[in-house]
Amino acid sequence: MEELGITELKRLTEVIHQKFGYDFSGYAMSSFKRRITRIMELKKVNSLDQFIQFIETKNLTKEDFLHEITVNVTELFRDPSFWRVLKTVLPKTTLNSPKVKIWHAGCSSGEEVYSMLIVLKELGMIDMVEILASDIDSSILKKAKEGKISLRNMELNEKNYIRYNPTGDVKQYFLYDNDYAYFSKELLSKVTFKEINLVNLQPFAKFDMILCRNVMIYFNQNLQNQILKTYHEMLQMYGYLIVGTKESIIWSDSANKFLTVNTEEKIYKKYKD
Amino acid sequence: MSKKEEILQKHYKAVVIGGSAGSFNVLVNILSKLPEDFPLPIVICCHRLKHVRSGFIEALQIKSKLKISEPDDKLPIKKGEVYVAPANYHLGFEIGNYFSLSTEEMVNNSRPAIDITFDSFSYVYKNKLVGILLTGANKDGAKGMKSVKENGGVTIVQEPSECTIDTMPKAALAITQIDLVLRVDEIIDFLLKLNKPV
Ligand SMILES: C[S@@+](CC[C@H](N)C(=O)[O-])C[C@H]1O[C@@H](n2cnc3c(N)ncnc32)[C@H](O)[C@@H]1O
Repeated sequence: MEELGITELKRLTEVIHQKFGYDFSGYAMSSFKRRITRIMELKKVNSLDQFIQFIETKNLTKEDFLHEITVNVTELFRDPSFWRVLKTVLPKTTLNSPKVKIWHAGCSSGEEVYSMLIVLKELGMIDMVEILASDIDSSILKKAKEGKISLRNMELNEKNYIRYNPTGDVKQYFLYDNDYAYFSKELLSKVTFKEINLVNLQPFAKFDMILCRNVMIYFNQNLQNQILKTYHEMLQMYGYLIVGTKESIIWSDSANKFLTVNTEEKIYKKYKD
Repeated sequence: MSKKEEILQKHYKAVVIGGSAGSFNVLVNILSKLPEDFPLPIVICCHRLKHVRSGFIEALQIKSKLKISEPDDKLPIKKGEVYVAPANYHLGFEIGNYFSLSTEEMVNNSRPAIDITFDSFSYVYKNKLVGILLTGANKDGAKGMKSVKENGGVTIVQEPSECTIDTMPKAALAITQIDLVLRVDEIIDFLLKLNKPV
């Protein structure tokens, strides 16, 4: 297959915008190119023209496209050291408000949300929070709502949990059958799942904590900047913003309105309007 | 003029190095021999334990004068610095010369995958890139070397007979006309002469 050039990728984002109504022009082009190439290989399409035709003749639904173009890889207790630090931060959020509002933006299949619920349960805070979890990809959100994880993935998840809490037992939060582990329905009921696109995001509520981990790495700096500005608006004063461990907000215009709470784990706190 | 001399006549913008089993000591050796004012950035993609986030950089740093770090997403690249792909992320590169991380599916059972790093850097730097593939036990990096070559860059593999495990350089040699096959001391010598045409 021919290698896609920048002009071709731009042309493709225009076609996608027209056809599906989603704007990918603010995505990081290196990973976007790999995703497109992957879809083309999957659909056995050899050239850009063929691919455009494929999209235009509806051989690819919007849902399918969104599911394939996004990267949904996630883990329970991804970065165990982060969760250890977060456990010390969460109790401080109750100082600001009696009901702590938390938003997972880009929750994928839900493992990050389940991890949060487990930590809150361990802290005895589960009835003090309201959690919103969102993603652009409706099929992955459906999976997140089900709380069903294949046993193949549970091995890694359990290892992560042990690194976070060597004396705990993550199995108590799941029911197991031969193929799957099912996350506690009771804990899951604390979460509202919603389809939200972060491109052109408008403030719709205020939160005490926003987690957006390993999502903005797929965006270019311009789009990151816009979203960080909106997150800043959507946070209560002294609310927390958390990004992935290999991301940084220092290049954004909003950087000076946040204090760094933990450099390694990328936990920030809004301290200026 | 030998092939090597011919290659050294030209000017380059970055060096990417890939390695797996057995490559850690080779990397320590290479990095310990390069001067503080090395004229290019060096990007390393090396298979490593997924959950060991720290210690790796520190161990590489002990014997090197160059600044070694794991880049955060969107960090602009600088010459004279060494960048190592973080555990559990693929390391890519963007037009505009900054790093781009991703948590995509594993490639060749690896994340970071050498194929992704080499492919992404050669897309941006074209014939201004030097790709070096070291010892390793799988085939990751072979396709990446092919991309480097196809984009006009320089391809170098470690002399297979000198490798702890030669699967990786051999896989690259099997699918691409590799420019130079060098021992580690020759690789070091090559790097010391880069961007210094006589
Ligand atoms: C790698 S996952 C991150 C999951 C989790 N936060 C973690 O760190 O493990 C990235 C998620 O971002 C979502 N995403 C990508 N573009 C988006 C957009 N424009 N709006 C909302 N979500 C988006 C993807 O669908 C995917 O589920």
